[in-house]
Amino acid sequence: MLISCPHCGPRDLAEFSYQGDATRTRPDPASTDTQAWHDYVYARPNPAGPHREFWQHAGGCRAHLLVVRDTLTHEIHSTALARPSRAGGETA
Amino acid sequence: MAEYSALSLLKNALTGNRDWKPAWRKPDPRPAYDVIIVGGGGHGLATAYYLAAEHGITNVAVLEKGWLGSGNIGRNTTIVRSNYLLPESIRFYDFSVKLWENLSHELNYNVMFSQRGVLNLAHSPGQADAYIRRGNAMRHGGGDADWLTREQIARKVPGLDLSASARFPVVGGLLQKRAGTARHDAVAWGYARGADRRGVDIIENCEVTGFLRDGDRITGVSTTRGDIRARKVGVAVAGSTGRVLNLAGIEKFPIESHVLQAFVSEALKPFVDCVVTFGGGHLYMSQSDKGGLVFGGSLDYYNSYAQRGNLPTVEDVMSEICAMFPSVARLRLLRSWGGVMDMSMDGSPIITKGPLPGMYLNCGWCYGGFKATPASGYAFAWTIAKDEPHAINAPYSLSRFERGAVIDETGHGPTPKLH
Amino acid sequence: MSPRRSASGGSIDRLRTIRFTFDGEAYAGHAGDTLASALLANGVRLVGRSFKYHRPRGVFTAGIDEPNALVTILRDNVREPNIPATRIEIYDGLRAESQNRFPSLAFDLGAVNRLGGRMLGAGFYYKTFMGPAVGPLRSTRFWMFCERFIRRAAGLGRADHAPDPSRYERMNAFCDVLVVGGGISGLMAAEAAARAGKRVILAEQEPETGGFALWSGETIAGKPAADWARTMTEKLAALDNVRILPRTTVWGHYDGNTLAALERIGDHLPKTPKGHPRHRHWTIRAGAVVLATGALERPIAFPGNDRPGVMLAGAVRRYAGEFGVLCGDRTVFFTNNDSAYQAASALKRAGGHVAAIVDVRRTISEAAAALAAEAGVVPLTGQAIVETRGGRQVTGIVVQPFDAATGALSGDARPVECDCLAVSGGFQPVIHLASQAGAKAEWDETMQAFLPPAPGQHWRGAGSFLGDMTTAGALETGRDAGLWASGKKPSRAKLPETGAPPIDIAPAPVFEIRGKGKAFVDLQHDVTADDVRLAHREGFVSVEHLKRYTTLGMATDQGKTSNVPGLAIMAEARGISIPEAGTTRFRPPYAPVSIGALAAERYGDLKPDRLTPMHDWHVEHGARMMEAGLWHRPMIYGAPGETVEQAYIREAGAVRRSVGIVDVSTLGKIAVKGPDAAEFLDRVYTNMFSTLPVGRARYGLMLREDGIAFDDGTTWRLGENDFLMTTTTANAGPVMQHLEYVLDVVWPDLRVHLTSVTDQWASAAIAGPDARKVLEKCVAGTMVDNEALPFMGIVRGTVEGAPVMICRLSFSGELAYEVYCGAGHGLHIWEALMDAGEPFGITPYGMEALGTLRIEKGHVTGAEIDGRTTARDLYLDWMLSKKKPFIGSGLMDRPGLIDRNRIRLVGVISLDGQPLGGGAHIVEGGSLDDLGQSIGHITAFCYSPALAKYIGLALVKGGKARHGTRAFVSDPLRKRFGPVELVSHHFFDPDGRRMHG
Repeated sequence: MLISCPHCGPRDLAEFSYQGDATRTRPDPASTDTQAWHDYVYARPNPAGPHREFWQHAGGCRAHLLVVRDTLTHEIHSTALARPSRAGGETA
Repeated sequence: MAEYSALSLLKNALTGNRDWKPAWRKPDPRPAYDVIIVGGGGHGLATAYYLAAEHGITNVAVLEKGWLGSGNIGRNTTIVRSNYLLPESIRFYDFSVKLWENLSHELNYNVMFSQRGVLNLAHSPGQADAYIRRGNAMRHGGGDADWLTREQIARKVPGLDLSASARFPVVGGLLQKRAGTARHDAVAWGYARGADRRGVDIIENCEVTGFLRDGDRITGVSTTRGDIRARKVGVAVAGSTGRVLNLAGIEKFPIESHVLQAFVSEALKPFVDCVVTFGGGHLYMSQSDKGGLVFGGSLDYYNSYAQRGNLPTVEDVMSEICAMFPSVARLRLLRSWGGVMDMSMDGSPIITKGPLPGMYLNCGWCYGGFKATPASGYAFAWTIAKDEPHAINAPYSLSRFERGAVIDETGHGPTPKLH
Repeated sequence: MSPRRSASGGSIDRLRTIRFTFDGEAYAGHAGDTLASALLANGVRLVGRSFKYHRPRGVFTAGIDEPNALVTILRDNVREPNIPATRIEIYDGLRAESQNRFPSLAFDLGAVNRLGGRMLGAGFYYKTFMGPAVGPLRSTRFWMFCERFIRRAAGLGRADHAPDPSRYERMNAFCDVLVVGGGISGLMAAEAAARAGKRVILAEQEPETGGFALWSGETIAGKPAADWARTMTEKLAALDNVRILPRTTVWGHYDGNTLAALERIGDHLPKTPKGHPRHRHWTIRAGAVVLATGALERPIAFPGNDRPGVMLAGAVRRYAGEFGVLCGDRTVFFTNNDSAYQAASALKRAGGHVAAIVDVRRTISEAAAALAAEAGVVPLTGQAIVETRGGRQVTGIVVQPFDAATGALSGDARPVECDCLAVSGGFQPVIHLASQAGAKAEWDETMQAFLPPAPGQHWRGAGSFLGDMTTAGALETGRDAGLWASGKKPSRAKLPETGAPPIDIAPAPVFEIRGKGKAFVDLQHDVTADDVRLAHREGFVSVEHLKRYTTLGMATDQGKTSNVPGLAIMAEARGISIPEAGTTRFRPPYAPVSIGALAAERYGDLKPDRLTPMHDWHVEHGARMMEAGLWHRPMIYGAPGETVEQAYIREAGAVRRSVGIVDVSTLGKIAVKGPDAAEFLDRVYTNMFSTLPVGRARYGLMLREDGIAFDDGTTWRLGENDFLMTTTTANAGPVMQHLEYVLDVVWPDLRVHLTSVTDQWASAAIAGPDARKVLEKCVAGTMVDNEALPFMGIVRGTVEGAPVMICRLSFSGELAYEVYCGAGHGLHIWEALMDAGEPFGITPYGMEALGTLRIEKGHVTGAEIDGRTTARDLYLDWMLSKKKPFIGSGLMDRPGLIDRNRIRLVGVISLDGQPLGGGAHIVEGGSLDDLGQSIGHITAFCYSPALAKYIGLALVKGGKARHGTRAFVSDPLRKRFGPVELVSHHFFDPDGRRMHG
């Protein structure tokens, strides 16, 4: 599997560290809604098909990437920086 | 005469093996059952068997989307053990080992459970303490565990790199003698035959495509072979848990599906007697009766339903097996395969009534489902039959995440890829 | 000259004789021979014994599909079992042994299994060996008794336990076009891509490219096909943009067009050349892939089809054409297609004698008839072989009229004498790599084979892989695939002329002749056609059940000759078509791969060693090193004759008495900088950091999002927006990753930059009542007195000219300082501190003494922060700020996490004067013979020089509530049981007077 890092270009999977589901939203930091916190920490859509997920380019620029990848075929549909304000944009 | 015995083999040999009956029938689904089990893997089949054998509930159908036992029951490294740390786990898996010990007799089917022992190698004083803590927990929980010195290990397992110059020198090892290996497919077939002979319908090539509902309540399933009604629907589909729950309208759940690869070498004359695990990384290895070295390591580390592994993980696993047994470098990898694991948020399973009325759920086995097969089936059948958990699965509730009562053997927290 | 070697022809070098041994007997062959061809040339027929029945077996194929002729190679003082003789190039001094026989190949006691005959059918072992349900052999005992003998009988070759002395290597390669298979179509594809200017890799599993051309005896472009192939290869080899890899098997097709290949470099030579690895593991990332992997012939199953001398027709042809070996004096061909006629004619041309051609088809093509005439025989059409005769080698066959449409035999059987039987049952393209890439095979009724489906996005097929078995087809599809891979349109240019007559390769759909006796489908695993039918009878009808129940296709040849026939027999039994019966999905590897090669440079060097700048000093000063993750750290500095316990007591005592020094360079260090750095730390730590003055440090605790304790350490404020965070050694990586994640994903708006600086700093802690005096002696540029450097204060200065940063903090509970310097100055500073401390008797101490000092103080580390404990469990709730939310605050108050009955931190004192033991449990009563219920466990223990007792830390149910109570330490694994007292974990100087002094 090759992942296109917006900073570094296409790199082998072995350079990346998987950081999991990217669809969750963290509750307001001061929230005391245990259910909301539970959902954030424990509940996953776990789809069979396109999956939004984070990968860190741990063996490279260390940026977190937002990747859309198909969990049935491992085909990568898109890659972008998780923190787009820093630099770069979407790559194919 | 038992259906299967040395005598029956002889008798059938004399008549040209023409009189053997199918191990299980191939019935068409009936319109309704008392209980439907979704998933014809080890856990589903065991559940059906114990529903019939322990609770007298025989109006049961097991629905399998492909061929029976096509999931993780046929894709694992066949290890049976109960060398756990936490009391809940020890109680559950020790119960399972006890069922294993009598399983061939119970099923009149040789599942080849061989109590060859599982040896966990420790490579630092801290790791040794952790294993000793675990072994002591096992002993206090009523199980068996022994601590072996390096010299004892050298006698027991020739070929290990026990030199002081090893990258991670072995300082000792935790041995569970009652642990071992079994013939994985035989477990599925044995339970299937046992359930079938008690009247359970095992229906292959029957994929569940939806749930029948009466309000919130589940009243049956739609399948590729028509609608089937049931008072109770048990779901035991391991890596497909997310997909099946989606059909019931549950969109998020504390499970991620990940790929785990397993490997086998060419067949060899006896090379290693017990199961050995490597603590300098993550590797477990044993030898099958046919002679192949069977081994595996960590997950591929990303969500997947593809039963398809990646190359870097292959390389990692091979590096570790060579570090443990330097002679294995000269041997050859014959096959690799991938299974889809239902990784839970604390590494422990969920066996529970719910999450919807009329539904019962069994999932979250991570890597460890094979050894749990008998206890899982037993506890799940109990839960379905009595509408309450057995003592051994009471801690494995779904609500434990909300309550903070997780059972986290590795201490890695809600990062499923690390369990 | 060997008895079965033709006088001329083939690719071997008859002038070079090579000597080798097989089972201790000396033989001679020629350069270019495989072990199989050399043994056949020497008339050796019996080369192995089968897996289950120990039946005598001979060479069956000429390639990677060999099921029978597996041998063990003895080399480099190690055994290498299960190598197909067809894949071994002979070299001088080669030593090979047959397998799975005792005491000898000719007389094998294991053959007694044949007497079991029908009792040992498919899956028999599931039905017996259970033993009695009660009595001394109950439970698993009887099975385990039987299993010992089964294991000895099973297996194939014997491996030994001696380490493999070889070296292995990894190579990464990128190319525009990878061509897998260097046969005719592969060469054409490589040439087309090379001409288009692409970077090409051509991988060929055999020693030489050319494939079928090397032994076909056909012509291409008017010259012998073998010469054409060699010329093509030379042309390609001369190009800069082409890399040809011979002896390289591409075995895996992974995601993203990543392919794995194994190159065998030293196996065919008496010695691996200096500087080269034995095998090289290639990871090839290809833009496009051309699969020119060819097709494998498959046999027909009939009674007695496993006798030595029964071979594949294509193999007989190849042995004659490539090696000049005539496999028999009288060869009979048995076929359901025309390819055997080509083989017969080629054998005749090479000097062999064709005794008969038996064809299941009633009528044959004119071309086939003409080839039969060339071979000098009139084919016996509409007939089948129903029996073979002979013992350890075939001496004859019996043929009988056969109806291919119904499978019925009728009429008179008659014997035919022969000593070699060449069988062809059709061809199956090698679609493994396409299947691994996700393609589903499609059944082709004409070819009676699974053909590759429409090509994938990144690969195309060529040659017989596509089901076209002709040379002309290979030339054309090879060029087309090469052009496609180069992004070019198909060419209309003229292709080289070929000289082969067109023949009909499509076979009659005959997979089995049913007669009396065992008809083998899987030769290596002894799976018979009756076994397949037994599986059917018992309901094991899906392909996967068939494989698993009978073990069909699970042997080292992975069913290359048996999968399709087995499936066909099952389909017939079920009364359905072959595609309805299913196909197998292929998984890597295509052929067995040496495990050492996949480990590559990590074989013998599993993981990097992390060493601190002072590592050598420690070793030179008697340190016994221990593993701490990837780090090596001093456990003790043992004086001669000292035990570990004596050493750490001495070291820890010195710290309490005067001064000690310890290397703490392994602590994780993260530079946290930016305008929002303080705010960031407030969010990730449970306690407050924005209130920390510049020039001060603070102890901090982090939780995970689920409210469980994660890591602890001190963080130093070096400037308004500049912090240096320290983590535990073990968690340096995870903490960094955690912080980066929340910064990138959760709070992208925070202006903070993180840098891991663990390896940039070296650090030493000096601790003890005399610690300040040591600093006073060597530190310049700053005062270090209580005023200038109070507890948790930070100063900068120099030590012997090197800049240092000093923080006054204490893990030991003594007056203590951590001295940080650039990693390059680490040893320099360390030695300067040692010199300055000499008058005070400064003592270096290791992990054991460090542990002792922290246990006395009740400080927690990884043994207590084990991923399951909360801040409250560790009595660190005073660090949970109530003024702000932080990571983990949302879930840390869940009922299960504040339960009173959780295991919580206590101190433990041994009351019997004996050590406690890490990993021992705490119980309220009982004994070693009657183990009580565990209420907790010891996390760390030591002999406390300060208290003169064995003490420890433990996590015990109820925690503080048990202070002052008695309990027992229970360690059944080490047979230790004894009374303890549970106390506060602050054993020593609980008010902290010493470190504040």
